[in-house]
Amino acid sequence: MKKCDLMVDLGRRRFLSGAGMAAAGAAATTIGSGPAQAKPAAALVDYPVSRLGTVAELKVNEPKDVSYPDGDAPGVLIKLGKRVPGGVGPDGDIVGFSTLCPHKGYPLAFNTADKTLNCPGHYSRFDCEAGGQQIWGQSTQNLPQYALRVEANGDIVAEGLDELLYGRLSNVL
Amino acid sequence: MTYKRQIDRLPIVPADAKEHNVTCHFCIVGCGYKAYTWDINKQGGTEPSQNKFKVDLAKQQGADSPAWYAPSMYNIVKQGGKDVHLVIMPDKNCAVNSGLGSVRGARMAETSYSEARSTQQQRLTDPMVWRYGAMSPTSWDDALDLVARVTCQIIKDQGEDGLFVSAFDHGGAGGGYENTWGTGKLYFGAMKVKNIRIHNRPAYNSEVHATRDMGVGELNNCYEDAQLADTIVVVGANPLETQTNYFLNHWVPNLRGTSVDKKRAELPNEAHAQGRIVIVDPRRTVTVNACEAEAGKDRVMHLAINSGTDLALFNAWMTYIAEKGWVDKALIAASTNGFDKMVAANKTTLEQAAALTGLTVDQIRQSAEWIAMPKEGNARRRTMFAYEKGLIWGNDNYRTNGALVNVALATGNIGRPGGGCVRLGGHQEGYSRPSDAHVGRPAAYVDKLLIEGKGGVHHIWACDHYKTTLNAHQFKRTYKKRSDLVKEAMDSVPFGDRPALVNAIVDAIKKGGLFSVDVDIVPSQIGQAAHVWLPAATSGEMNLTSMNGERRMRLVERYMDPPGQSMPDCLIAARIANNMERVFREIGMAQAADNFKGFDWKTEEDAFMDGYHKHEKGGEHVTYARLKAAGTNGFQEPATGFADGKIAGTKRLFADGKFGGKDGKATFMETQWRGLQAAGKQAEKDKFAFLINNGRANLVWQNAYLDQHNDFVMDRQPYPFIELNPADMAELGLKQGDLVEVYNDNGSTQAMAYPTPSAKRKQAFMLFAYPTGVQGNVVSAGVNEFVIPNYKQTWGNIRKIASAPEGTRHLSFKSQEYAV
Ligand code: SF4
Ligand code: FES
Repeated sequence: MKKCDLMVDLGRRRFLSGAGMAAAGAAATTIGSGPAQAKPAAALVDYPVSRLGTVAELKVNEPKDVSYPDGDAPGVLIKLGKRVPGGVGPDGDIVGFSTLCPHKGYPLAFNTADKTLNCPGHYSRFDCEAGGQQIWGQSTQNLPQYALRVEANGDIVAEGLDELLYGRLSNVL
Repeated sequence: MTYKRQIDRLPIVPADAKEHNVTCHFCIVGCGYKAYTWDINKQGGTEPSQNKFKVDLAKQQGADSPAWYAPSMYNIVKQGGKDVHLVIMPDKNCAVNSGLGSVRGARMAETSYSEARSTQQQRLTDPMVWRYGAMSPTSWDDALDLVARVTCQIIKDQGEDGLFVSAFDHGGAGGGYENTWGTGKLYFGAMKVKNIRIHNRPAYNSEVHATRDMGVGELNNCYEDAQLADTIVVVGANPLETQTNYFLNHWVPNLRGTSVDKKRAELPNEAHAQGRIVIVDPRRTVTVNACEAEAGKDRVMHLAINSGTDLALFNAWMTYIAEKGWVDKALIAASTNGFDKMVAANKTTLEQAAALTGLTVDQIRQSAEWIAMPKEGNARRRTMFAYEKGLIWGNDNYRTNGALVNVALATGNIGRPGGGCVRLGGHQEGYSRPSDAHVGRPAAYVDKLLIEGKGGVHHIWACDHYKTTLNAHQFKRTYKKRSDLVKEAMDSVPFGDRPALVNAIVDAIKKGGLFSVDVDIVPSQIGQAAHVWLPAATSGEMNLTSMNGERRMRLVERYMDPPGQSMPDCLIAARIANNMERVFREIGMAQAADNFKGFDWKTEEDAFMDGYHKHEKGGEHVTYARLKAAGTNGFQEPATGFADGKIAGTKRLFADGKFGGKDGKATFMETQWRGLQAAGKQAEKDKFAFLINNGRANLVWQNAYLDQHNDFVMDRQPYPFIELNPADMAELGLKQGDLVEVYNDNGSTQAMAYPTPSAKRKQAFMLFAYPTGVQGNVVSAGVNEFVIPNYKQTWGNIRKIASAPEGTRHLSFKSQEYAV
């Protein structure tokens, strides 16, 4: 039994297995579509860099509706008022999440009292203060979170995702 | 940090991918899935013509899309020795789940054995034997020879009672008709093994003896009945977490009121309304919360009774309903025995029941009205009764089960649309075996006998007593000691000298040792004490048939290779039989050897035809080809014929008013309240501060045999949680995530504190059967008159062991209740 080691540094190990996965898909493309290409396929899809808002406009616990990486992928930016994993901005408390439930794609609703995103479909709940961890639910993924960056002028920019979005087999269509 | 897969795209299922029928191999619900496989060097495209779903995948898909799969539904596996892509996704056309996947079933692909993607590398690939102080790989011939030689010699010395067996009796993974028949033919056909037990309890017995004794088989309705009922009564069950898609796809529409049209269409000429639900459970579960969210609080009655007092409540319901005359007099007269006697014997007033259960008189009266008060126009109210482990593994199983069936039967709710009195089930079912009559009743208390030093050889089939038995702490201590005696003996001779090895083992057994053979798909915890591991295939690595909680039978078609040399259990049983036949002849027991004929199966289909097809009711109409044609909807057992290319089935049992008694009737049961029935429970309650209630959770399947190597699960659930009221936690000096010790006179175990405001003071709830903290350690050996364990009524004390370890610091401890 080696499950105890599993607890150690899960994040990094998982990144590697995840990247391996994406590469497998990419390799299959090249093989399947005729002569091998000289240019190696990217391990991750190319994400757009999109401006989703500004630090100044966000108020604590008032989610701002956004979409990323395109207009068909709804999400939110939230200033939580507390430094959290994946949080950016001067207080490290700004996070962004997809709001399509990764179970069956129903729209998530923000609960300001406990800072969770809740799904009316089958009652799944995701904790915005814990990297979108599914507190309870039917999704087999934690909630896709935006990789955010804050520019010198206070613009909040998204430039990636950490899980597959509901309803698409490639995060960038 | 929370676990994220960092997967941002998946290979697309091509239009020409192979399609296989799959029934989820985890819980009783048996949701329909499809497995798609295709060559590793191919993939589909986004154009509708290029993918299996015939849709434009370059567009965002909407909610409930049948064309989207999550990363957990994808893997790379072997098929015919070659790597193939595999997607296992829920089937929209299956009547059970209509395309829903749960957090367990939707991980079937990810929890498959994959060399390419390193998933489930724990799977056993070779027979393994204890050699030079460790488990080491060997050939099937070598392993089977050793098993047969030791087993035959012990039977020669001690008779068949020297062979102890622990074996699954269910469907789905680690079971199914093929495999129960294979093991059944070996132990009940070729032999008459008496010292045998089932995977989750210490004897070979029914969990629902009472309903069967009354002539009312326990899976008597269909899932649609939950959409048709006026009232659902659910006892000791948490269906949102443990029968998930049954609840979501069939209960919720009724609670929401969206099945009213269906009610009107199927049951015209009576009034219909949105459904109501009565939930009997000492604990507030997420099921209660979901019911309130859907039906509104005024249509949900949560009866949070004192733990173990269900029987008093049911007797009071029966008494009140009989006094009011809300019973089905015609059915009682025509189809039952013993009604008046039962009513007289079980008489319990509302006040008496209130005192015992902790409910108010009004709550009991009102719930009885929801169950049986006639509807508008004096129509009989349709009430469906469902129960599971809170009753089955609760106080006084036999009488409590009978008392609930009394109410359902008297109110005319068995065999009728919108009715039924059913267990909800854990695993699927898949039982086909020769008669077990020789086992007797009460059956042997196998775990107790093992602790007492009885038996010489133990064959284990997909059971892990170390995680899923009662009195587990003592069991493990003793079992290990006995197994170590044999390990030391094996270490004392060269492995290659077979006669010397067998002699050494047999000598050690004479000194109290136990030779342990473990057939499983993974190295289990009890397997740490075993001397031989035989690697089994699981569902999808073999063709496998089972039925779900509405008796819906399907064939899972083999979609991938089993790991390494592993084989279906039925074929392992056949090869054990072949080897035992040979060895019995060699040691001069020709007569015994002759009993082992009829095990010449080459495939699981051979076992199916020999077993289910020949022996089960309606089995003659059922073949693999017909089941394949019936797809993920299958048919409902028993089969009654085959016409127009379809197997005809049975939607509800007892619809004709004929029950299972010898006279074709059902018989009411006298079920007087007698307090905490199992020996020692009342004293335990008096001595210890906390009720250690226990059960399952949504995220985890069974004892986590696969989930223990699934990153998504282990990230969220590194240790079993124990739900505690925050005020109790403050008193104990506990913070969220702290590790606590739960202890009493039976043993001790560990869990992770999860603050739960809805938990009652001094009523803890701990996840059952988890590998990193076994609740069974603190469950006493007390059982009922038929050796049914009483896991639920356990009391213990709690103390802090350690502050939240690193692996728990990133966890959310917020309420699990959906809140908007
Ligand atoms: S509800 Fe049960 S059968 Fe259905 S997908 Fe989930 S675990 Fe499988
Ligand atoms: S869609 Fe969100 S829980 Fe099902």
